[in-house]
Amino acid sequence: MEQEHNYSHNNFEECKKCTICTVYCPVTPVNPDYPGPKQAGPDGERYRLKKPYFYDEALKYCLNCKRCEVACPSNVKIGDIIMSARIKYAEGRPSLRDTMLGNTDFMGTVATAMAPIVNYTLGLKPVKKIMDATLRIDSHRQFPKYASQRFDTWYRRNAAEKQRQFKKQVAYFHGCYVNYNYPQLGKDLITVLNAAGYGVQLLEKEKCCGVAKISNRCVKEATRDAEINVASIRKAAIDGRMPVVTTSSTCTFTMRDEYPHILGIDTDDIRDSIMLATRFLYDLVDRGEVKLAFRKDYHEKIAYHVPCHMQKLGWTIYSTSLLRMIPGLEWIPLHQSCCGIAGTYGFKKENYNYSQEIGAGLFADIETKDPDLVATDCETCKWQIEMSTSKHCDNPISIIARALDIEETRRLNGVEPE
Amino acid sequence: MLVYRINRRYISMKDTTKKVYDVIVIGGGATGAGTARDCSMRGLKTLLVERFDFTAGATGRNHGLLHSGARYAVTDPESAAECIKENIILKRIARHCVEETGGLFVTLPEDDLEYQARFVEACGNAGIHTDILDPAEAVRMEPAVNKNIIGAVKVPDGSIDPFRLTVANVIAARENGADIITYHEVIGFVKEGNRVTGVKLRSQKTGEISYQYARVVISACGIWGKHVGELAGVTVNMYPAKGALLIFGHRVNNMVINRCRKPADADILVPGDTICLIGTTSTHIPYDQIDHMEVTPEEVDVLIREGVKLSPALAYTRILRAYAGVRPLVASDDDPTGRSISRGIVCLDHASRDGVEGFITITGGKLMTYRLMAQWATDLACKKLGVDRPCLTAEVPLPGSEAETDVEKGRANVIGLSTEQKAAEGRHGTLSALIPNEKEYDDALVCECEQVSVGEVKYAINNLHVHNMINLRRRTRVGMGTCQGELCACRAAGLLNRAENCASRSLHDLANFMNERWKGMYPVAWGDTMVETQFTSWLYEGVLGLDSGDGHHEELPLGPVNAMEEADEEEPQPAQF
Repeated sequence: MEQEHNYSHNNFEECKKCTICTVYCPVTPVNPDYPGPKQAGPDGERYRLKKPYFYDEALKYCLNCKRCEVACPSNVKIGDIIMSARIKYAEGRPSLRDTMLGNTDFMGTVATAMAPIVNYTLGLKPVKKIMDATLRIDSHRQFPKYASQRFDTWYRRNAAEKQRQFKKQVAYFHGCYVNYNYPQLGKDLITVLNAAGYGVQLLEKEKCCGVAKISNRCVKEATRDAEINVASIRKAAIDGRMPVVTTSSTCTFTMRDEYPHILGIDTDDIRDSIMLATRFLYDLVDRGEVKLAFRKDYHEKIAYHVPCHMQKLGWTIYSTSLLRMIPGLEWIPLHQSCCGIAGTYGFKKENYNYSQEIGAGLFADIETKDPDLVATDCETCKWQIEMSTSKHCDNPISIIARALDIEETRRLNGVEPE
Repeated sequence: MLVYRINRRYISMKDTTKKVYDVIVIGGGATGAGTARDCSMRGLKTLLVERFDFTAGATGRNHGLLHSGARYAVTDPESAAECIKENIILKRIARHCVEETGGLFVTLPEDDLEYQARFVEACGNAGIHTDILDPAEAVRMEPAVNKNIIGAVKVPDGSIDPFRLTVANVIAARENGADIITYHEVIGFVKEGNRVTGVKLRSQKTGEISYQYARVVISACGIWGKHVGELAGVTVNMYPAKGALLIFGHRVNNMVINRCRKPADADILVPGDTICLIGTTSTHIPYDQIDHMEVTPEEVDVLIREGVKLSPALAYTRILRAYAGVRPLVASDDDPTGRSISRGIVCLDHASRDGVEGFITITGGKLMTYRLMAQWATDLACKKLGVDRPCLTAEVPLPGSEAETDVEKGRANVIGLSTEQKAAEGRHGTLSALIPNEKEYDDALVCECEQVSVGEVKYAINNLHVHNMINLRRRTRVGMGTCQGELCACRAAGLLNRAENCASRSLHDLANFMNERWKGMYPVAWGDTMVETQFTSWLYEGVLGLDSGDGHHEELPLGPVNAMEEADEEEPQPAQF
C-alpha cells in the first residue's frame, strides 16, 4: 500500500515548515501586508481547500519570481501554488489595466504600427499623470520604446532567404520584446549563430509566451496562446528536428515550466528542446563543435545580473561562462538579488514603491561596482536597471555579437565569408 | 470514613463561613460544561470542577462528527432519534462550533446494496431525512469519495468542534453566575449520613486540599464516572471501549463519508476544521488503562486500509497523528453479567438506586447528546432542589453563536480580512470581536498552520481559562496543524511566559507540549511526518537546547528516544487531536 511510506502526493503537504522560502522572498522584507510564500502557499492552501472563503487578497503581492521554489529543500512548488490560487480564487475579472499589461503582444502590434507617436506620447508627463490616475500605472515608470518595424517583418523581408542556405538550423522564439521593442537583439542572435554555422528559422506561428497574461490572471488567453506556441514548437523541434532557442529567460521558463504547472499543458516531449541561446551556444563550444574568436580591440567591464527566472532555470552558469570566454571582458560579480520589477508587477501603482525597494540593494551594488555595462538575460530586469541606475543593460547575446571577430569565427566554423 | 471524620471537623470549624452551592458539577467535558450551563441558566448557584482541563477526556478524543443519527438508525433507533433532534438543535444554538457539511452513506462494491433499503427505512422511522443519490451524482457532490461506489444516500451529517462547544458552554455557565475550577481533582466526598453535601478537592498544582459544598452533586465524568461513583460509595458498571482515529493533513473531503453497512471499524471520514479524520476502531480495554492509551500499529493499519476504501486519496495524503478515546459504555443495572451494554444516555438517581441522597451520575450517551444529557441531569437536580424552571438550553444560542458569521455566509473575500482573521472568526464566532487587533503585533501569527494570531492567544489567556500550552491548543488550535507545534510552540510559550512570568515553568510546559504532540505523531511517524518530527527535534533540542535543562530543572525529556516516558506528573497526556 502506498500509505506505507506516508509520502504525500499533494505537493503542498511536503512542506516541512522550515520557512527558508520566506527568508528568500524579495517581497516579505519590504511589504508587511504580504504573508510570505510559506503562509501564502502551503499553509494557505489547507485553508483554501477547507473553503475558498479563506483566500487572502494579499497574495497579489507575490512577484512570481519563484525564488521560494529555488530555496525550498522539500521541492514544494510554492510559487505555483500561490499563482494557481490567485487564478482560482481571486475576486472578479482582471481589470482593464491588468488586461492591457498582460496582453503584451496585442499592445505591441498596435504600438509598433505608430511607434514614433506612441513613444513620444508615453514619455509625456501629462500622459503619465493621466495613466497614473486612471489606470493606476505608476507615473515614475518608464515605458520601453516601441520599434517602428517588427522583428518578424524585418526577418521575412531581409533575412529569411539567406537563413535557409545554412545546412544546420535552429528555430528562434523571439518573444514580444524582440518583436516589438528591440529587434536588434534578434538580429544579434542571427549574426552570432550564422557565424557559428547555424541558420535561424522563425516558428510557423508565434504568440506571446503568456507570462504577463498568467500573472495578470488572463488565463484563458494565456492558454490559447500557449497551445499555439506548443504546436509550433512541436513542429519545429520534433518534425523539423531543430532546437528552439530563445533570448529571454522568462519566456523560456514560462514555456518550460509554467505551461505544465499553471496552465496544465503537457510539454514533456518538447521541454528539453526549448533553451536559451547562451546555453545552446555554450554546449556547442563545450563539445568542441563550434569555435568562437573574439576581437582584440574589445574591452568592457561587465557585471552580470541574475534574473529570478534564470536562477529558477539554473542556467546562469551558461550565460556567465560564455561571457567570460571573451578575453577583453573584465568580469564584475554582483550580489544575487531580485531587481523588483517582475514584469508588469512594477508598472502597477500599488507595487511601484515595493518594486523599487526590493531592487534598491541591487541598484546600489551596481553603482558601487561601476561597470561599463550590466548584462542580463531578462528584458524587464533590463528596463528596471536602466531606469533605476546610471548604467546601460544588454543581453549577453548582444555583447557577444559586438565582441565577436565575425570573419575569423566564420572561418573557424567553416562558414563561407559573406 | 476517614474522609468523613476529617470533613466533619472541617465543617464544624468553618461552618459559619462556608459557601453552599446548589449544584456542584464534576467533569469539564461537554456534558459537565453543558450541565453547568443548564443549571446556571435555571438559576441554580453552580460550581463546575474539573481535575485537569476542559475537554481533556473523551470530549477531546472523538470524531467531531455532528451525527444525523443515521449511523444508529438500523441498530439503535432510540439513539438515532435523539441524535437527529440534537443535530437540529445544535445547528441552531452552536452554529460557530458546527459545520453543515452534509453526509453520504455509500455502498462499496463488496457491500450488500440491500442494506441501503433497510437503512433508508430506518432513517425515515427515526425522523432523519434521506436522499437516495445516483452514485455518479454523489461523486460529483463529493469528488473525494471512492468512484466505484454502487449506492449513496445523503443525510444531514456535519462536523462539530468539541473544544469550542465545551468552552462555549463554560462561558455561558460563567455568564449565568457559575463558578469554574480547573486542575482540581475530586478525591472524596463530604457526606452527612447518607447524603452527599460536598466534595473534597486536591489541587493538581500545589497538592493543597480544599472542600466545596452543595446540596446536589452531579458526576458528569464519562468513563471516569465509575471511579467518582466509588468515592461516593456507589457502583456504576462501566465498560471502556477504546476507539482509535487518524488525522490527515488537510481536508480530503468536504462532506462526511460513511459506509452504508452495519457499523464497523474505520467507516466514517469526517472533515473537521482544516483536517479530516478517519475512525474509529473499537476495542474493550481494562478500566485501569483509561488514562494510558496508545494507538497500536494494528489499529493504524486497519484505519488506513478501510479508510482508503472510502476515499482512495487517503493513500497519498499526509497523516498528521493518531489518537484514541474511550467510549463510556454503561452496563444495564438489571443485567448482573454486564453483557447488556447501553450506548444510550444513563442518568442515575443514586437516592432511589443506592440510597445515597444528593448525588446524580450522568453518563453513557455521546457528544451529540451532551445537551440532552445535561437537561436530564439538571431536571433531576431541580426536582431534588424543588426548583421548577424550564430548560432553555435548546433555544438560547451559545456565546459566540448569536449571529451568523461571514464564514458561514461564505462571503467571498471580505475586503481587508486576512486568512487569520477569518480563521479566528470561525473559531470564536461573534466572540472574535473581543480579540485585540489594534496593534500590528497583535496581528502577527503565533501558529502559521492554523492561523492563530498573537491577539487570539492573548484573548484565550485572558478569557478562556488557559494555564498552559495544552489548554491554549484546545482553545485556539495552536500546534494542531501540519507542523504539530514545530514553529508555534516556542512562540506560544513566550506569550504564556509573559502572562505567567515563570521561565522554568514555561520551559517545562513547552517540553510537555512537544511531548504530547510527539505522542500523537509516533504511531504514524514515517515518511514526511518522520522528517517533520526530526526537524522539530533538531530545532527544540539542537537549537533551543530544550533537552539540556535550564539549570533549575531536571533534564526535560523530548524527542523520539525518550519522549514516550511520561513527562507531566500533573496530567496524563495521551494523544489528542
